[in-house]
Amino acid sequence: MATSNKPIVWGPFAAGGTLTAFLTPVLILLTLLAGLGHAPDLLAYDALRAFAAHGIVKLGLVVVIFLSLWSAAHRLRITCYDLGLRADTLVATLVYAVAIAGTVAAAAYLLRLNPV
Amino acid sequence: MSERTVELEVLRYNPETDGEPHFQRYSVTCREEWVVLDALNHIKETVDPTLSYRWSCHMAVCGSCGMMIDGEPKLACKTFLRDYPGVIRVEPLAHFPVERDLVTVIDDFIAKLTRVKPYLIPKEEKPVAAGEYRQTPAQLKRYKQFTLCINCMLCYAACPEYGIIPKFLGPAAISLAHRWNQDSRDGGRAQRQEEIAATEGVWECSFTGACSEVCPEHVDPAAALQQVKIKSTVDWYLAHTMPWLNK
Ligand code: SF4
Ligand code: FES
Repeated sequence: MATSNKPIVWGPFAAGGTLTAFLTPVLILLTLLAGLGHAPDLLAYDALRAFAAHGIVKLGLVVVIFLSLWSAAHRLRITCYDLGLRADTLVATLVYAVAIAGTVAAAAYLLRLNPV
Repeated sequence: MSERTVELEVLRYNPETDGEPHFQRYSVTCREEWVVLDALNHIKETVDPTLSYRWSCHMAVCGSCGMMIDGEPKLACKTFLRDYPGVIRVEPLAHFPVERDLVTVIDDFIAKLTRVKPYLIPKEEKPVAAGEYRQTPAQLKRYKQFTLCINCMLCYAACPEYGIIPKFLGPAAISLAHRWNQDSRDGGRAQRQEEIAATEGVWECSFTGACSEVCPEHVDPAAALQQVKIKSTVDWYLAHTMPWLNK
């Protein structure tokens, strides 16, 4: 039997899932802290913005955003299937397109982000 | 020893005389420490000798007494009557055709098991005189858990994907392939990958984890499948980005 090509979509899904499992709690914590007015200086808006304007950081952010969106998209695809929505090709095309669109939008925004 | 009466509702089906499967009620006076299998044996010996089901060891090692007990895949010899308050519904394992009463047709599983070559394919053949294949405790640990499978098929009855896609190789067969792939003495991985890295192999798994929940031997087949996915993904990316590695 032929080896499946599923790893193309599963690889980023697994990587994104692992990543978000670590990142999401940190993000929730930081958002809460910021909301309560306790954001450490290092994580203040100006500092973060300057950080994100760096070329390598931009690349890193795009990768992180892509993997996270892709992982969510893939999870949604499988969930749809398990819930009885069996038009898999359509669902897959749709959710992956949203993940890619989100990544492109983030990349476009980051490209326009210049150091202050 | 305390005794009490338990009601069992058992699925009956004899393809030679019944058009449809139906349920039959039995009242059994049972002892506190009885398992469902004891009740079935009691029925067969004293009430209804025509009741058919599989069993052998009565100690959760042979894997033949798997059935649905109140809708959940269980070993009848490991499921205590006292854990069920009301009428206990006993049905044949889900996702398998019924041969008669609680006996299912398991040809599909046996064929899949055969396909994954669940035996040692030695890395290097050596004559018996050359001695045993040695292994360190660390090497043993990599696969030991997956050797505990008793082929009871509870994981197949629990797996929603197997229910939808009967071609799916399924939890136990893939876990057993993985068991041998992880064995330092074995060299058969490439052969097994042809089955388990195919679409109908590990890739039909959506990681619901139901297999690991019902496995009576704590094999954790879901973990084996995730490991197979990771390894197969690494294989795929290596094969497609570094073609010179392909033999
Ligand atoms: S993996 Fe567990 S549930 Fe599945 S056949 Fe083996 S022992 Fe039974
Ligand atoms: S009778 Fe052997 S596992 Fe139950």
